[in-house]
Parts: sequence; structure tokens; C-alpha cells
Amino acid sequence: MSTNARDAGALAPPLDYLDQRTGLAKVLKEFSRKIFPDHWSFLLGEIALFSFIVLLLTGTFISLFFVPSMDEVTYSGPLATMQGVEMSKAFDSTLHLSFEVTGGLLMRQMHHWAALIFIGAIVVHMFRIFFTGAFRKPREINWIIGFTLLILGLAEGFSGYSLPDDVLSGNGLRITDGVVKSIPIIGSYLSYFIFGGEFPGQHIIPRLFTVHILLVPALILGLIGLHLFLVVLQKHTQFPGAGRTNKNVVGYPIFPVYAAKQAGMFFIIFGVLALMGATMTINPVWNYGPYDPSPISAGAQPDWYMLFLEGALRLTPGFLEVVIGGYTLSLNILIPAVVVPGLLFTSMALYPFIESWASGDKREHHVLDRPRNAPVRTALGYSLLSVFLVLVLAGTNDIIATHFSLSIEAITWTFRVLIFVLPVVTFTVAKRVALGLQRKDREMVLHGHETGKIVRFDTGEYIEVHQPLDEEERWLRVQHEPRRPIPLLPAQNERGVRRPGYRRDAIRSRVSRFFYADRVEPVTPAELAAAQAHGGHDEISASQHDAPELTATREGSSAG
Amino acid sequence: MSDESTEVGLPVEQHALPQRFENPGLPEHHPRLTDVDDGAAKRSERIVVVLFMLSALGTIGAIVAYFTVPPGATIASIRLSTMLIGFGLAATFIFAGAASVHWSKSLMNDHEKIEYRHPMVSDTETREQASEMLADGMSDTGLSRRGAIKGAMITAVALAPLGFAVPLIGSVGGDWDISKFRHTMWKKGLRLTHDPTGRPIKASDVTIGSAVHVIPEGLNKLEHPLDEKSKAMVLVIRLDPRDLHEAPDREGWSYEGIVAYSKVCTHVGCPVALYEQRTHHLLCPCHQSTFDISNGAKVIFGPADRPLPQLPITVDTEGYLVAQSDFHEPVGPSFWERLK
Repeated sequence: MSTNARDAGALAPPLDYLDQRTGLAKVLKEFSRKIFPDHWSFLLGEIALFSFIVLLLTGTFISLFFVPSMDEVTYSGPLATMQGVEMSKAFDSTLHLSFEVTGGLLMRQMHHWAALIFIGAIVVHMFRIFFTGAFRKPREINWIIGFTLLILGLAEGFSGYSLPDDVLSGNGLRITDGVVKSIPIIGSYLSYFIFGGEFPGQHIIPRLFTVHILLVPALILGLIGLHLFLVVLQKHTQFPGAGRTNKNVVGYPIFPVYAAKQAGMFFIIFGVLALMGATMTINPVWNYGPYDPSPISAGAQPDWYMLFLEGALRLTPGFLEVVIGGYTLSLNILIPAVVVPGLLFTSMALYPFIESWASGDKREHHVLDRPRNAPVRTALGYSLLSVFLVLVLAGTNDIIATHFSLSIEAITWTFRVLIFVLPVVTFTVAKRVALGLQRKDREMVLHGHETGKIVRFDTGEYIEVHQPLDEEERWLRVQHEPRRPIPLLPAQNERGVRRPGYRRDAIRSRVSRFFYADRVEPVTPAELAAAQAHGGHDEISASQHDAPELTATREGSSAG
Repeated sequence: MSDESTEVGLPVEQHALPQRFENPGLPEHHPRLTDVDDGAAKRSERIVVVLFMLSALGTIGAIVAYFTVPPGATIASIRLSTMLIGFGLAATFIFAGAASVHWSKSLMNDHEKIEYRHPMVSDTETREQASEMLADGMSDTGLSRRGAIKGAMITAVALAPLGFAVPLIGSVGGDWDISKFRHTMWKKGLRLTHDPTGRPIKASDVTIGSAVHVIPEGLNKLEHPLDEKSKAMVLVIRLDPRDLHEAPDREGWSYEGIVAYSKVCTHVGCPVALYEQRTHHLLCPCHQSTFDISNGAKVIFGPADRPLPQLPITVDTEGYLVAQSDFHEPVGPSFWERLK
């Protein structure tokens, strides 16, 4: 048998060896030429993945020199400004790693930059998924996994950021303690749970170390595996275009094209991070000093992904702290630090289910939406981003105040208003822009490109000649299916008996109308034929038809 | 509602036309320059080779930098070492990456291929078989007939984690004595000393308008000074007594215009350390809560709700500032049981 196998297959010897023991050839046959569609935005998730690999590599390096202990030592290293200063072993070993280990500072700075880019890439990737509707069936589970990865990424970032035990991160932990204590009933005990007693205690750094290098990375690694497994199993989504359908996937094979591109991308990300670590100082803890509860500097900022929480804390006015029956309920902390992020994150996690409930669509979707073709989803995404932006800016209000010589009160009040107003404005504008772009698509399909050529007819009439779209251009603009609100069946059946489940249907129908009442539907072949039958009178017919007919009915004016 | 599902658009006359456009199918493949021009392909190949060679040079550079430029005692030497190794690493990977990408884009087969998708859902037969197998398995367990096993099993499984969780949770919080939040080491007669030196403070040395960062005497001799410092740190400020508005029940807590307030913000606990002498305002740099020192450290702006707790002070026989007692309320951020 073994000799036969060698003769029959042309597998290279190491593969042959493995195949005879594991059946590897079946896997290779299945996956080596698997097709992946090509688009730059499909690589955003890879940036996160490759940053994570850099994090594992650099993290292993620096963990070998870091001492996760809060025992006090007196500094005696080369740094003149720290001579004789009392500090924890964690801080001391961070200085040692930075100043005495050759390449240590490089690895530390690469690690920190990679962490910022890791979370940044996750967020951008997630918004790509969101805006293109890639979370729709069958990918809801992967959306939830990705969402969990974001949360874990934040936890990983925060726990790692706190490890050097410097003044800046120590104040971050102090804020965490304050937030935890605001939680009703269990807050005080939860603070003891985290810190092993009173803040700061002797335990938080070793505990965060275990969380940071074992617990969370293991979970992240496992979930990344599952995330990618599902991508392979369900095959990647693709953008609409000629030849791309819900039943196929068009692109290049993993081996060799994607293997080469991915390896290349990994190298480039590694290289760019090395360049950043080499040239851009990040978190210079030696300037902050070891943690001491007393000193603090103005303009203290957390890493970017924590700014929104910081901003929310800064915006919320103090009077929300109330006393009920002798117990203190710190709504001024609970709302910004627990309730608001809780709502933001929960709504993000549940969004695919909310949308499919509103659309009633249970089919699989493998062709992505162009964001303009889902105006309300796109507008919701922008709206969420605007909230995030206000919170981030609010988290830097002191920097804004000093750089632009503005009063901190004025800035804070501006943000307090904007946090309510801006999402509504952004929603409305984004939705209108999306609908407008769809109308533009319709016009392009019906009338073609403007050519700038003016022709005079023998009747004396002037028109501009329009060049019709070619098939592929047209397909991009007509391929999407129109989405319409779920119609509400009457409350009573024909015999006048109240239908069970009517109330639920009524709510669903309202949500559905919110999503899909305002819409612009794609051009149908009949419409195109009709438009073409108008002959050269494109513009005239367009201006006549435009307002009432190209736009779908507006809910309020039409529901009679 | 019926109007919502009607078609919209231009008047339709050609009923024979399909409802939707047809997908035109994959566009024609356009060959690249490297596909048709051997010279261009050769050039591309040379670029890939050169890029890989540059990558190898980068690695050698990083190793040379490691051995020849170790960090010394100055920041500049550390910066140089970091930069040189980093440049080597960056060259290694950026050139190798560029080589791979250029290779795949210009030389590897760029004909798009099609793979077909199948619905994720299993076919009916498989689903029926799976369901049957599960049903068979369930009936093999006999759980439907032997309800007692089910109950006992759920009890056992539900309780099992407790054997792990109780010791963990029980131990992880230390002694769980949260009454420590209420007390600091301040007590009658304990001297106010400079932070961090521990030098006692003479009342006469505190000039009007100055702010002094204070820790209790003996703090640095504690086993874990930071735990206590997190609660006991105080800011001492001397105002012109004419500017000081004291509540009737707090008269006598200050000494000749010198007041002492907890430095722990009542919002989430940052050190409230920025004092503006002209306005008597104390600002927390974390979240900009602003306290009015001339008026009982009341909040005048920001997310904090409560005034900073005041430490009653006086002077001892030698003229040093001392505490009259501990704080009369818990310091720092609010917590559920704060008023209990």
C-alpha cells in the first residue's frame, strides 16, 4: 500500500508522508485553490489579524523581561532622572526593558503601536461589514464573534496599557475603580474583587498580567480561529458586479495568489509597525514616573479606544448622583460609563437581528450592498459614528481648550448639546445623501453619461447627447433588489375577529417602515425601454418625471 | 398601506420585458503588460528579485546594528539603537512584502476564477436523518421515562461550578471588609506633612494663595503606603480669611485661612491637583470637575456631584499643622453604601 501510494500520487515527499498519516491531500484538494474575491476593503480584517500576530511576537519578547509585581524597589539603573526613586518592580522592569535590553524599547513601542492599530483595524473592518451588509444571513454568528473580539481587544488593550504601573495608567485604574464603585449594590465588593482589597493594593498588576498574557489572548486566538473558519466555510462575500451572483464567488485562488498577497501584506504590516516602533515614541513611562496616587499631569489621555468612555464621563453633569433610601446611586457615572456604552455595544451586537426582523428577509446574502442602497442602515452607521466622534472629542476637551484657547465650560456644553443633536442631523443627512446617490444611479441608467456635446435639431431645439451605459456599468446600478416595508395585515379577519399577534405585527411594520418607507427602486428593463422610447428628449423627460415618480412614496404623505 | 408595494417609476408599456435586468456575466479578461510583453515580465521579475535582496540586506543591517550600537546610558544612545534595529527590521519586512505583492500582481496568473456556492442549509434528507439520530439517541437514554435522572443530573451539573467558584470568589477579594472606605489614617493631633518628603508643615510657612500637597505624618513608614495615600492625601490651601466662606458647622475646621481638603475627586477618584489661585478654583485634570475652595469646595462645574471632604485642622504647640480628627465622611468616589 505504501509503495503504491508513492507511485500513484505525485505529492512531494513531506506531503506524502503527512497524507499517508492524516489524509492531508483531501484538505489540500479542497482548500489550496479555493477562490477569494478581491477588494481592498476585504483586507481591513487582515490588518487586525496581522497586527495581532505582531502583538504575539513582540508581546512574547517583552514578557520575558517584564516582572509583574508591585513589590517596591529603589531604582538604580542608568536613567538619571529616576535615580533613587521608589517604584514597583513592574515599573522598574519596564525601565530595564526600555533602556538596558537591546531592542527592548523597539519591541515595546512596536507592541503598543500594534495594539492601537489592532483595535483600529477591528473597528474599521466592522464598519466595512456594517455598511456593506456583510452581516446578513448566514453571517450573523460571525458578526457576533467579531463583536466579541472587539470587546476582548478593548480588554486586552486596557489590561496591557496598565501593566507598566506608571502614573498615567495608574490613574486610569483609579478611574476604573471609581466606575466600578458606582455600580449599585455590588460595586464596593466588585472593587475588592478586582483589586484584592482596597485600591491600589498589591494584586492588580499580577492579575492584569494573567488576564493580558493568558486569559484574553487565548480567547482572542480561539475566536479568531472560529472567525476565519466560518469565513472559509461560508465563503467570502463579494461586491456586486458583472458575473458576480449570490450563487458564485469570483476571484483568485488561495494558492498561490492570495498566499503571496497575504504574506506580502503581513510583511508590510510588520515592517510598518517596526518603522513606527523605531521612530515614534509611544507611552514614554519614564517621563510619567511610577504610580503614586497623588501626582497627575494636565492633558492626561488614555489610548484612543478608551477616549469615548473618558469623554462620556466628562460630559455627564454631576447632579445625576442621587440618594435613594440612604443608598447612593451615582447615575453621573453609571450612565456614561456603563449604560451608554452598554446600549451602544448591545445595539451593535444585535443589529443584524433587528434588520432582518425589520426586512422579513430570511434568504442568504453573499453579494454585498452598496451602502447607498441601504439608506437607513448607512445613516444609522454614520449616526453611531457621530456619537463616537463627539465622545472622543469630549475625551480630549482639555487639549482642545488649551490648543484653541477656548473655555472648558463652553466646549463641554457644546458637546453636551451635540451628543443629542449631531446623531439626528447626521442620520438625516446621510440618509438623504444615500437616496440622492440612488437617484443619480437611476438617472445614469435611464439617460447615460453626459458627454458635453450639444446638438441642435432642425426644429431649433438644443439637447445634450448622452452616451448610454455599457452592460457592466448598468448592472452595477440595477442589480440590487428593492426592499419594501412589510405590509401590515388588518387587525381583524374577514369575520371581524381580532387577529392574534396583531400588536406585534403593528410594531414590526412600523420598524419596517422606518427602514424601508423612503426608498428609490432600481430601474427595471421596462422603465429603461420607456425612457429610450422618449428618444432624444432625455433631459426634458427627466425633468418632468423627476420629483414625483423617480422617488418612492414618502410614508407620511402616501399612507391614506 | 397598499401603495407602498406598488411599482414606482416611469409608465410601463412593454409588458413583455422581464421584471429585472439580467446579470451580463463576467467581463472580458484584459491581459496585463507582463502577459503580452516578455520584456515587461523580465523587468517585473528583476524588481521582485531586487526587493527580496533588499529585504535580506535589511536583516543583515538589523543584526549588525544589534551588535555594534547597543544602548548606552543616555536617551540619545537608546534612541539610536532602537532606530537602527527598527530600520533593519522595517526594511526586512517592507521589502519582502513589496516583493510578494508585486510578484503576485504582475506575474502570477490573474485570470479570475469562479467557484460555486451551495446554500449553508443541509438538504432535507440529511436534516431528517440527523433529527432521527438525535431522537434515537434521546430514546436510548430513556430520559423521558426516567425523569428522576434528569432532575438529579441538572442539580449536579448546576452545583458543580460552585466548588470552583466559591473558593475563587471568596479569596480573590481579600478580606472583603469594605468599611475601610470610611476611614483614613488621619486622627487627632497627627501632623500634616509635605508630599512626598514627609516634612511637617509650619502654619506660618504657608503663604496666602499657595497650595501644599500633604500626606499624614508616618505614611511613608507604613507597609503599603500607596493604599493609605490613595485615601489620605490632602491639599492644603491658604486663602485670605476675608475670601473664606465657611458653613456654620465647620467654623473652627480651618486655621487662619488655611483649609485642608481631600485631594481625591468625589467623581471617580483622580487627584484634584490643579489650583487656580486667582479664582480659588480647584480643577480635576481627569474630567474637569471644578471645586470652589473659598466656598466649602462645592462643585461649580463638571461631572462630580459632592464637595471635596474637608479635613478639620489646627496647629500644635510648636505651630505645626495637625489634624483635629479623621475626615467626617468617606473620601473619594461615591459608592452604594456611602451614607449607611
